[in-house]
Amino acid sequence: MKLTLRVWRQRNADADGTMSTYEVDGISPDMSFLEMLDTLNEELIVKGEDPVAFDHDCREGICGACSLVINGDAHGPERTTTCQLHMRSFKDGDTIDVEPWRASAFPVIKDLVVDRSAFDRIIQAGGYITAPTGAAPEAHATPVPKPDADLAFEHAECIGCGACVAACPNGAAMLFTSAKINHLNVLPQGAPERETRVLDMVEQMDEEGFGGCTLAGECATACPKGIPLMSITSMNKEWLRAARKVKR
Amino acid sequence: MSWTDQLCVRSVLCMALATRTDRRPSFARTVWDSTVGKKTVMAVSGLIMLLYLVVHMIGNLKIFFGAGEFDHYAHWLRTVGEPFMHYEWTLWLVRVVLVAAVVAHAVSAYQLSRRDIRARPGKYAHRKARASYATRTMRWGGIILGLFIVWHILDLTTGTVHPGFRHGHPYRNVVDTFSTWYGNVVYIVAMLALGLHVRHGFWSAAQTLGVGSRTRDRALKTLANVLALLLTVGFIAVPVAVMTGVVS
Ligand code: HEM
Ligand code: SF4
Ligand code: FES
Repeated sequence: MKLTLRVWRQRNADADGTMSTYEVDGISPDMSFLEMLDTLNEELIVKGEDPVAFDHDCREGICGACSLVINGDAHGPERTTTCQLHMRSFKDGDTIDVEPWRASAFPVIKDLVVDRSAFDRIIQAGGYITAPTGAAPEAHATPVPKPDADLAFEHAECIGCGACVAACPNGAAMLFTSAKINHLNVLPQGAPERETRVLDMVEQMDEEGFGGCTLAGECATACPKGIPLMSITSMNKEWLRAARKVKR
Repeated sequence: MSWTDQLCVRSVLCMALATRTDRRPSFARTVWDSTVGKKTVMAVSGLIMLLYLVVHMIGNLKIFFGAGEFDHYAHWLRTVGEPFMHYEWTLWLVRVVLVAAVVAHAVSAYQLSRRDIRARPGKYAHRKARASYATRTMRWGGIILGLFIVWHILDLTTGTVHPGFRHGHPYRNVVDTFSTWYGNVVYIVAMLALGLHVRHGFWSAAQTLGVGSRTRDRALKTLANVLALLLTVGFIAVPVAVMTGVVS
């Protein structure tokens, strides 16, 4: 396959960026999108040019490091992560636009790499349990009803990639934050901090400069892990309950 | 000491959490300072206005039963609650609640929208129109409704912008308004905007207040559509009736 790429190039956080055009040839439909970018970078290095910076780690769809808005879609046209997106989703001769996540809370560091540490600070505000855990406990010690376990697992699937923020017209982090809150709030292990968790994580989310939810639903469409939009509804419910309940 | 507190003593994290909890502001402050809370203000004020509009729409339909019944109904609005309430007390109470709702709704909408726009400053080079459809119609629709409310009061309540307005003769005034082309255009455009606003707004409010769920989603969406259609058709019936001579 021969492709034309229009890639966002930005020297550093303070520089202005632009879309630069590159041609790549000899792309196999079985390559992943990141392997296609590797091919481009090898050529750039041979030519003595600066390779395109992009985030990646596991390359098997579980770490959440890869990003990229491809032709206007976070993680591209399929419901998966960019590392699991294959070039067979494109046609020979296509022009593909590759851009970084865009949100004030995710500033560009270089080219396609953005700073997602805002997510870390949201987790630090309450995305954990305070019970000392030690070694893995006996599985039957704390009974968890099957529907609750399934619900917790559905939310625990969030890999913190930030595609929800990138897709949201308001740069909101509601889907990520709700997934993290609901994951722990439905389990008995998360119960002691049920109220403080939701209040503190939402407060941190606001402090980071993310937007608010207008229920456009773009986040859930973009999410490679299928976190449902209703996750936000559950978070709102938890938040209202906690705001009324927490003693002052 | 409860078992969670005992765990807390051993945990540095939890002590940090406890200090945070101690500084919680009041319920009202928590709500107003949070994106999730402010959205609740929008939802509650929106639902108050929605309830009023349903009542208002049903009241308007009395115009089909002649000037006598319509004007009598308008007079009755001023005597509701007598003898407990004095003349016009109930009406003023409703007006105060509505003004509070409109102001709370508009101020929250403005502040949240400002925040959302700031959170997502850069546009993607590769544009997708669908992303902001609901958000855009809510904002533009809201502005249209805000302007309409002001015009509507000056036209049919105070008569300020209504040449030949006669206090105490609402039937005449209504027929008068809808005998001008601009009266009809302004009114019909606003009611179409209202339909769109209620269609997304009612369902949104259910998510904001945490009463939406997967099993209820279809029912809520249907109810939103029915309400939107009922309000739009019910309100537009009056100018159409005047235009076609059914009411004169
Ligand atoms: C002063 C005129 C108005 C303005 C400026 C306005 C503006 C807005 C905006 C921008 C939103 C979306 C907010 C967001 O999603 O973050 C919204 C939501 C909403 N509006 Fe209005 N609106 C107005 C009048 C009305 C009226 C007359 C009603 C009554 C039917 C109404 C009912 C609602 C409801 C129920 C919501 C949903 C709240 C939520 O998402 O939780 N609005 N409004
Ligand atoms: S909710 Fe989905 S899109 Fe958002 S960070 Fe988690 S996995 Fe990524
Ligand atoms: S590189 Fe780990 S999820 Fe894509």
